[in-house]
Amino acid sequence: MKNHVFRPLIVFLGIVALILLARIVLVPKDFGVGERGYMYGWHRHGNEEEWKNQIIKVKYQGKEYCKDCHSDKYESINKTPHKIIQCENCHGPAGTPEGVVHYDADKRPKLPIDRSRAQCLRCHYPLPYPTSGRSKIRSIDPDKHNPDIECSSCHNPHNPMGGLR
Amino acid sequence: MISRRNFLKNTALGIAGGALSLAAFEIVDPKKLMAMEAADKAKLRWVFLVDTYKCVGCGLCVKACKQENETPYDSSVTRTWVERYVLTKDGKVHADTPKGARDGFTTSKIDLGMGKMEEINNADIDKAFFVPKLCNQCDNPPCVQVCPVGATYQAPDGVVLVDRTWCIGCGYCIMGCPYGVRFFHPVYHTAEKCNFCYHRISKGLKTACVQACPFGARQIGNIKDPNDPVTKIIMTERVGVLKEEYGTKPQVFYIGLDKEVR
Repeated sequence: MKNHVFRPLIVFLGIVALILLARIVLVPKDFGVGERGYMYGWHRHGNEEEWKNQIIKVKYQGKEYCKDCHSDKYESINKTPHKIIQCENCHGPAGTPEGVVHYDADKRPKLPIDRSRAQCLRCHYPLPYPTSGRSKIRSIDPDKHNPDIECSSCHNPHNPMGGLR
Repeated sequence: MISRRNFLKNTALGIAGGALSLAAFEIVDPKKLMAMEAADKAKLRWVFLVDTYKCVGCGLCVKACKQENETPYDSSVTRTWVERYVLTKDGKVHADTPKGARDGFTTSKIDLGMGKMEEINNADIDKAFFVPKLCNQCDNPPCVQVCPVGATYQAPDGVVLVDRTWCIGCGYCIMGCPYGVRFFHPVYHTAEKCNFCYHRISKGLKTACVQACPFGARQIGNIKDPNDPVTKIIMTERVGVLKEEYGTKPQVFYIGLDKEVR
């Protein structure tokens, strides 16, 4: 055999070795087949843990979180039809993207309260749809019913059936 | 005549190209593969149940989802959304989802897009209802099959996740999803989708949308647990899924689905 056959072969083997080496370095150790098999489970396993605990923090805490300090509001709204609404639906999430929650007294985020008419109209705009629960909710025509003022100037959202303010 | 230099150069390039695919090979034991296919020992499989009779289209689920999952609030994309269907007596179907119903439905006019609105007379309505949409976490997810780099995958509990560090942003999965639930994240520029609030359900919490819904229209459960209230409903009541004919085996079940819902 002549040199002109072997010399490219050495180059070939060298390139193959280089690429395989690069693959070992670049592909993470935990990359592989998961429980769902080759078709659906081919992934970096560490990512499951990242989604569980690192990438996104829990922000919405639920109304039980508010109960201890704001027991007056918690108890009064629980006697009204508005008891089905979470505090954070209007008051905003109690946690921030950085993971600071409302309990952290010194760096507690100020909650942005949504007092807009649009917030109330999400449910109380009249849409008499026959096959939807929406038609069963009491509603007002926002163009005729005191269009210029916030609903909460007259109605107490924590006690909507308790008369006007 | 090809020069010696060019010949060597082209040969090296050709070999390098060929070796790239070689590097992807792995020795596979067929027995091991069979065993993996057969093993369905998972004790947990997340499923979702939507009751369209209960949904009033308030959109509080969308508001909560966007804030919980850090989807930029004013962007047009969202992990979950609510559609309105209005079927009139002339046989027409009117459907819209302004801003994904982030602010609910506060007008009886149907949003046709491009700033056009269509007035519908209440007396003409045959039936009208709201349908919340989210990722179906399919058992045969087409979005996962098409991913060329293994960035999207199905976790053992059935939830389809996206590895943001591994996604190259090719968009195949966005095109591949028959339900249109995937989009590019405006900040990270990688594929993004609903993952049933994976950070919440893995801590025993409900998803943000389930918690925010005042009417109980949304529920999440474990289909492998026979005592789960969601499992009981799915097993004993009439439920439907979206686009069953695609063979994706979607795992979001709907009560009160209509044939007009796409």
